[in-house]
Amino acid sequence: MALDDRSKTRDFKVIGTRPVRPDGIDKVTGRAKFGADATAPGMLTGRVLRSPHPHARIRRIDASKAEALPGVKAVVTRADFGEVPEDVFDILDNCMAGEKALYDGHAVAAVAASSPAVAKRAAKLIEVEYEPLPHVTDVDEAMKPEAPALHEGRTEETVPEGMSPNVISRVQFGHGDIEAGLAQADRVVERTYRTAATHQGYIEPHACLASMGPDGQADLWCCTQGHYLVRNTCAAILGMEQGQLRVTASEIGGGFGGKTTVFLEPVALALSRKAGRPVKMVMSRSEVLRASGPTASSSVDVRIGMTKDGRITAGFAELRYQGGAYPGSPVDMGSMSAFAPYDLENVRTVGWDIVTNRPKQAAYRAPGAPMAAFAVESAIDELAKGFGLDPLEVRLKNGADEGTKASYGPTYPAIGLMATLEAAKSHPHWSAPLGKGQGRGVACGFWFNFGGDTCVSLNITPDGTVTVSEGNPDIGGSRASMTMMAAEELGIPYDQVRTIIADTGSLGQNEVTDGSRVTFAVGLATIEAARNAKREMCRRAAMVWGIDEEAVVWEDGAARPSGPNAGEHPPMTLAEIAAIASNTGGPIAGHYEVNAEGAGVSFATHMVDVEVDRDTGATKILRYTVFQDAGKAVHPSYVEGQFQGGAVQGIGWALNEEYIYGDDGVLQNPGFLDYRVPVASDLPMIDTVILEIPNPGHPYGVRGVGETSIVPPLAAIANAVSEAAGVRMTDLPMSPPRILAAIENG
Amino acid sequence: MSQIHVTTSINGDQTEFLCEPDETLLDVLRDRLGLTGSKEGCGTGDCGACSVTVDGRVVCSCLMLGAEAEGHDIGTIEGMAEGDKLHPLQEKFLQEAALQCGICTPGILVAAKALLEHNPAPTEEETRYWLAGNLCRCTGYDKIIRAVMDTAEDMRRAS
Repeated sequence: MALDDRSKTRDFKVIGTRPVRPDGIDKVTGRAKFGADATAPGMLTGRVLRSPHPHARIRRIDASKAEALPGVKAVVTRADFGEVPEDVFDILDNCMAGEKALYDGHAVAAVAASSPAVAKRAAKLIEVEYEPLPHVTDVDEAMKPEAPALHEGRTEETVPEGMSPNVISRVQFGHGDIEAGLAQADRVVERTYRTAATHQGYIEPHACLASMGPDGQADLWCCTQGHYLVRNTCAAILGMEQGQLRVTASEIGGGFGGKTTVFLEPVALALSRKAGRPVKMVMSRSEVLRASGPTASSSVDVRIGMTKDGRITAGFAELRYQGGAYPGSPVDMGSMSAFAPYDLENVRTVGWDIVTNRPKQAAYRAPGAPMAAFAVESAIDELAKGFGLDPLEVRLKNGADEGTKASYGPTYPAIGLMATLEAAKSHPHWSAPLGKGQGRGVACGFWFNFGGDTCVSLNITPDGTVTVSEGNPDIGGSRASMTMMAAEELGIPYDQVRTIIADTGSLGQNEVTDGSRVTFAVGLATIEAARNAKREMCRRAAMVWGIDEEAVVWEDGAARPSGPNAGEHPPMTLAEIAAIASNTGGPIAGHYEVNAEGAGVSFATHMVDVEVDRDTGATKILRYTVFQDAGKAVHPSYVEGQFQGGAVQGIGWALNEEYIYGDDGVLQNPGFLDYRVPVASDLPMIDTVILEIPNPGHPYGVRGVGETSIVPPLAAIANAVSEAAGVRMTDLPMSPPRILAAIENG
Repeated sequence: MSQIHVTTSINGDQTEFLCEPDETLLDVLRDRLGLTGSKEGCGTGDCGACSVTVDGRVVCSCLMLGAEAEGHDIGTIEGMAEGDKLHPLQEKFLQEAALQCGICTPGILVAAKALLEHNPAPTEEETRYWLAGNLCRCTGYDKIIRAVMDTAEDMRRAS
């Protein structure tokens, strides 16, 4: 879908304004229904029994005592699930362990009972005989040939012989000649960088309510980023036809990628099938941290060469990501994005996907990219500062622009990286003075953005208002942006359009709310659905006027005659056409179905000032500014919100957050007290600068904005802390003990 | 274990309920009284999504037993608007887009209302420390802090 020519200069009436979101009142009054807020008549409570071992063979499960407890209506184990298609095998095995428990917290059985108290007692009565096995949780340890192996026979052909079976696959990207490029450099930085696993930290734990009848039809309510994916996955796991399972998405209390798969849902359906009653399941926070999908931890080697005038002659990175107990870490996307902001002759990345005895990773906002950017942007900063060069100038000198062949293959169309760098350079933040013990860091970040399968149905009601049905859970204001795009296109006021999130029975397939795709792809489909409705309304007006439909145009919310032979007719408004729809052929609707392409890549530059306390090792964020290209900001407040939220998640990742496993392989900090996400008193205001370089692939120029904002902060903060502390920080999080140790070791 | 009979006031309405001795006030509100606006984000008093007021003081309802509500005045998010008139904080949160997913919003509004009753002119630092027990993972807190301070200013002007 090409950018409208007139979008470059047009005066938008609704796009770019800041109306109140349509779901706002419900969310400030407590009326909005989230995952755990639903009930059903006869509802049971489901509860999962989890492995206390990081790695163990399951020898025997005896549920007879639990089943005998009054109030217990069903117990399920892996034996209650049949053979499943290969593409959902790991997902099922993660939801309910088979032969082995593969991490601390892995589900091994579940119970449904008449009350939460009975379910809790019953879970304790399930007897599981484990044979504990050696375990490994560190990515570099897991690669060693002698490391305990989680699986056999899962290694792909890309992996050389003789490596640990925990090494699943190898990817490679790039072009040019690294060694020749490094030979041209005046200096080469070669370092290893490590990041800890972090969790998305959504405040709403996973929750669902499943109801399956003896006829095999089922309803499922859950908090998810993609109810169509939940339907397809659960249907495959339970051996159902997709059409027999209707999934309704609740309001969603944060996801950030972590709700793009299933954990409880297939278990709740299996319990409901067995008990013949609705079953509700809600995770505790401890379960969320132990057994949902945190992101990968990483270990990355970087070699970058630079001339003394700041030209990067070659860039190489070898990335090792552990993605938990099953294949599929985001190392491929890390490898593709590591050098994406730069125009390089010689660039190569190699990525390794590793399994360990940790929970299976799920997507986390720009999955794989922040760790890669941390390594590359740190090395570039070190080189620039070593030559006494301005780190923004160095990035401007090497930055990618329209026509650059990206390190991962494609040639860029119009992109916004340079605009973000120029805006950063001219911003007052860049020239503000710093105090003693303070440092300033900058870094760039990239994200691909996605499109994907999308359906939108737009209906004209008899009184001339408009309803939009779309299939992507609204995770941060997307109902507002769809409503705005429909109103803009139809030429009617914002408050005459209402957007709902339809269940899986009401629309065709919709890709998950991921890849920063919703405002782009669902927006595009909404615009096209509105255009289809306008064409039909013009046809109806032509019929009334007795003229050719080609002689009717849609302007400012009304059909108007156009052209020399159209004749004189007063405009017919949307409401007037709607009122007579029944007499002109029936109800009027527009719909649009597409696998959306042309999402338009996204770039950002972040700038941060910090102060490091050399006595305690504590870091304070003093000032933070985000510069990011939004293509076209549909609702600027929510664009700013995405910039700010991503930056602060990045601050947590850089300074505090970390999955801590003991030698026993057990997660030591499964709660918000010890897994400490940033709180209000940790932070300053987060300033934002929205750049608008139109995406050539969207009618209004929209690019996704949700994910890029978490890519630069890790490196930007590390660069600032390194300057303030006077020592290069290479391991995240930069917690006070690590900073103190680094200062002491000089 | 027999259930306990409790008489209390919730959002100004006299309310009676039976609860288990070990049942939290949050579970009573959500599961027995249908007041699901208070959310459970952690169950350990770390996230503030279950914030309610007890005699005007902000409390994590997941850390208080239902039986302890006897004789007290409980305030929840459902009691914040008066009929169809939103509280100025609710209005401001909508106008300034101070929420994204909305799961932390009820707890933050309850806590912010108590702040403004306690201190009608909070500084940014006072606002940040008052709300430090209410986690928000979406917004980075910027628009929340601004909305609370802007509301305080509006309310001072109006009074």
